Amino acid sequence: MKRLSVVALACGLAFCAVASAADTIKVGVLHSLSGTMAISETTLKDTVLMLIDEQNKKGGLLGKKLEPVVVDPASNWPLFAEKAAELLEKDHVAVVFGCWTSVSRKSVLPVFEKDDGLLFYPVQYEGEESSKNVIYTGAAPNQQAIPAVDYLMKEVGVKRWVLAGTDYVYPRTTNKILEAYLKSKGVKDEDLMINYTPFGHSDWQSIVAQIKKFGSAGKKTAVVSTINGDANVPFYKELANQKISAEDIPVVAFSVGEEELAGLDTKPLVGHLAAWNYFMSVDTPANKAWIGKWHAFIKSDKRTFNDPMEAHVIGFNLWVKAVQKAGTVDTEKVIAALPGLETPNLTGGVAKVLPNHHITKPVYIGEVRTDGQFDVVWKSPGLVPGDAWSDYLPGSKDIEADWVTLKCGNYNTKTKVCSGQNYK
Amino acid sequence: MNAAARHHRATGSRKALAAASRWSPPRWVGLLAILLLHAAGCLRPAAAEASAVVEESTAARTPFVAAIAELKEAGYGRKAEIVRRLAELRQPGTRELLSALLEGNVYYRTSDGKVFIVAPAASGYALTDPLTGKGAGTEPEAGFEKVGINNALRRVIRGALAQFDLSSPDEGVRLAAVKEMLRSFEEGADTSRATAIMTLLKAQLEKERAASVKREIETGLALAALGDSSPKKRLAAIDALASSLNQEVYNRLVALSDPGTEPDVSVRVAAARAVHRIDTWRKSYAVVEMLFFGLSLGSVLVLAATGLAITFGVMGVINMAHGELMMIGAYTAYVMQLLLPHAVGTSIVLAVPAAFVTAGLVGVLIERFVVRYLYGRPLETLLATFGVSLILQQVVRDIFTANNRPVESPSWMAGSLQINDALSITYNRLVIVLFSVVVFALLQLILRRTRLGLEVRAVAQNRAMAKAMGVRTDWVDALTFGLGAGIAGVAGVALSQLTNVGPNLGQSYIVDSFMVVVFGGVGNLWGTLIGGMSLGVINKFLEPYAGAVLGKILVLLGLILFIQRRPRGLFPQKGRAAEA
Repeated sequence: MKRLSVVALACGLAFCAVASAADTIKVGVLHSLSGTMAISETTLKDTVLMLIDEQNKKGGLLGKKLEPVVVDPASNWPLFAEKAAELLEKDHVAVVFGCWTSVSRKSVLPVFEKDDGLLFYPVQYEGEESSKNVIYTGAAPNQQAIPAVDYLMKEVGVKRWVLAGTDYVYPRTTNKILEAYLKSKGVKDEDLMINYTPFGHSDWQSIVAQIKKFGSAGKKTAVVSTINGDANVPFYKELANQKISAEDIPVVAFSVGEEELAGLDTKPLVGHLAAWNYFMSVDTPANKAWIGKWHAFIKSDKRTFNDPMEAHVIGFNLWVKAVQKAGTVDTEKVIAALPGLETPNLTGGVAKVLPNHHITKPVYIGEVRTDGQFDVVWKSPGLVPGDAWSDYLPGSKDIEADWVTLKCGNYNTKTKVCSGQNYK
Repeated sequence: MNAAARHHRATGSRKALAAASRWSPPRWVGLLAILLLHAAGCLRPAAAEASAVVEESTAARTPFVAAIAELKEAGYGRKAEIVRRLAELRQPGTRELLSALLEGNVYYRTSDGKVFIVAPAASGYALTDPLTGKGAGTEPEAGFEKVGINNALRRVIRGALAQFDLSSPDEGVRLAAVKEMLRSFEEGADTSRATAIMTLLKAQLEKERAASVKREIETGLALAALGDSSPKKRLAAIDALASSLNQEVYNRLVALSDPGTEPDVSVRVAAARAVHRIDTWRKSYAVVEMLFFGLSLGSVLVLAATGLAITFGVMGVINMAHGELMMIGAYTAYVMQLLLPHAVGTSIVLAVPAAFVTAGLVGVLIERFVVRYLYGRPLETLLATFGVSLILQQVVRDIFTANNRPVESPSWMAGSLQINDALSITYNRLVIVLFSVVVFALLQLILRRTRLGLEVRAVAQNRAMAKAMGVRTDWVDALTFGLGAGIAGVAGVALSQLTNVGPNLGQSYIVDSFMVVVFGGVGNLWGTLIGGMSLGVINKFLEPYAGAVLGKILVLLGLILFIQRRPRGLFPQKGRAAEA
């Protein structure tokens, strides 16, 4: 018996040695596992681990096993850059899946460009960016904000608009785009109210009273909310207490999804809207099967699956296809192989990588149900291609991003000048 | 209705049905004919069963049965039509069915498509047959699919329910029903439906006794008369509406004072005068409202700062863990709710003493194990209590995870008190204003009327002398700290009703609390009360002009300047104690 276990041990050791000798493909996971963003980002880490696990069960990639390298940037933006450098320079990972907030993405961007890494960024964001080293699998404003406003304008008949947001870069840029868009559609200044609140704002009485007053001028009013994080809970509570229901003044949110609603008292929220590119409640066989696998992996059937998690699934599948197409994990060749690749979405349609490093996505608008899930009330007729540079802002109207023919992330079609990757 | 209708196109046979419902004379006869054809298909089991139960009125019952059976697969637009039809049929059981539909409790069995009103039971769903109103046993959840509704449909259901509520014996219910009907009337693009509503309301006005309901109906009828073709009638309607603060009235009058929409000069002048009068009233009510918002924000600040006023003001200990003691109070409210899941109101009431004891005990422990070794060394105390605050946060994270915990509000704290059309006060804020006054009064009572209070004041004024008189100063220190901590815990229960209960709850209030204590004057509880209330009011009056972010900054700047002028705050301590 003893000898047997020694043999087993030796085998184990030998296997380890062989495995590391046959060197694995390293996949970096750069998501906060502690601090304020941990609530949202931890599940994204789990999603990537599950994807790697699945791929390894299928025999890995290019005959090698995938090996996750998980680091914790602790919701600390400068630490994101440090950890990214560690992943790229010390661990030599082939690809990184990571970041949530725009400020963390901006913080790692120079590192990825210097070390020529590859980042898959899974969250909806404000646009106005296209880097050679980043694939944006979340929605650009034209894949979330603009269709949501269109829906309210055309289907609900909204004439007056409240743009309410938390005071930082994503809401400010999104609202700037929306303001320009609404004005281009003939909305006047007096029918537009813009309001910013600090992170974690909890005293909503006067702002909600203002919204109520603004919304009772005889025209249908809606709130477009880019309010982020836990400030949403007292906001919706106050709406309910001041008896503003979703039937009177609907609130359409861009940052409230299944994960945020899980474990919340959803009664005051019923009927309010959210715009995403994925809802857990969308009834397709692929989605059902995937959620089943997710519940089995995480060992709980209470856990939710949300839009950024689906974006990681898409991103991972695209990367696998690109590596198979290029026959190597060399970032330069993988990046060149990515544009044009397609992978099916969980809710139907295909995600195709565009030359501007964004992807095509379906857009859904859902109403909150009592169980914290969404009922889809509107779906975009087709897939919407992501637009890196908004067509509605004066500064970015003429700018194109194209990494296939132009090889530039910020090309001005009027002056014919490429100003690199970022808009300055 | 709009998007969804286009999304879920009605099928051919349903279109025929819809056409049938537009035949006016013997409406249900036509319906019946088509329904009988339809019943050959999927509707047979439901129809057969129902007719067995209500034999005497089968003819009137059939369209009702059919409409219910159709609910399960109709699109949102089609469902709205069904709801309207159900309201017109006025069969027994309709009200129950519609209110269940509104609350999302209507499901259909996937195996045979039969529609049920559903209530969650221990093992699956307890079913009620909407046709008979009788229980139909309990079945597992898996075999059922919900009959979904959307915002547009919710409004239609509310409008339909209002027609039933009009005959309710409760005055409040009738009033709400009239308001709801007026709302659907105002939106009503469909004139025939609007006239139907008006006829119903006129009939109600004749038999109505309650003055408030009468007034509401009259407002509605006058509103309708504003659109009358005769200028004289329009003028009379303006007169009738002059005392109303109703928003809809205001909007219509504004439109009437515009030469573009109103051809008659005298009507325009009368409308403009009425608009001006309403404006003046509404402005003064807006000030009252803002004052209340300020007081309610102030009362939260006072609650948060009172505990600190004791530890910092009376004892001179800078307790950086004060915010975490509030957090402990808030989590106590959450735990109470876990213990009493079906009695939200009771759990919140019980949470107040529980939080006082829990946070108070933690406070005593902090005093005994940390603070008492550091008396007279403020910097060390500050650092040590900051350390304690981090430990407490991490402990809470380990027990309850980093996610926010939901604390439900009891029903008596939801909604708002409607004083008139221009002014309403939310109950949760009102309760918290009253609560903070009660807490403050109790604390004053303890400090003024009890032996503990006497000893606390004695030690605060002159420690050595108190000791010489036989006061056990170390025990008094511990109890004072515990009292301050306990009040922080009580404040935490109040905060659990307003904001998120999470490990970082305390941090967002600690700075505000110190601000209030310093502004009010260290060592003076009345200063804390006045200071907190005035900071709240100033903040709320600044907010509409400066915005929430800038408003806070301005208050902070103002406070810094104020402290430069009066370093001891609004109400500085006088006498010998001030020098100690």
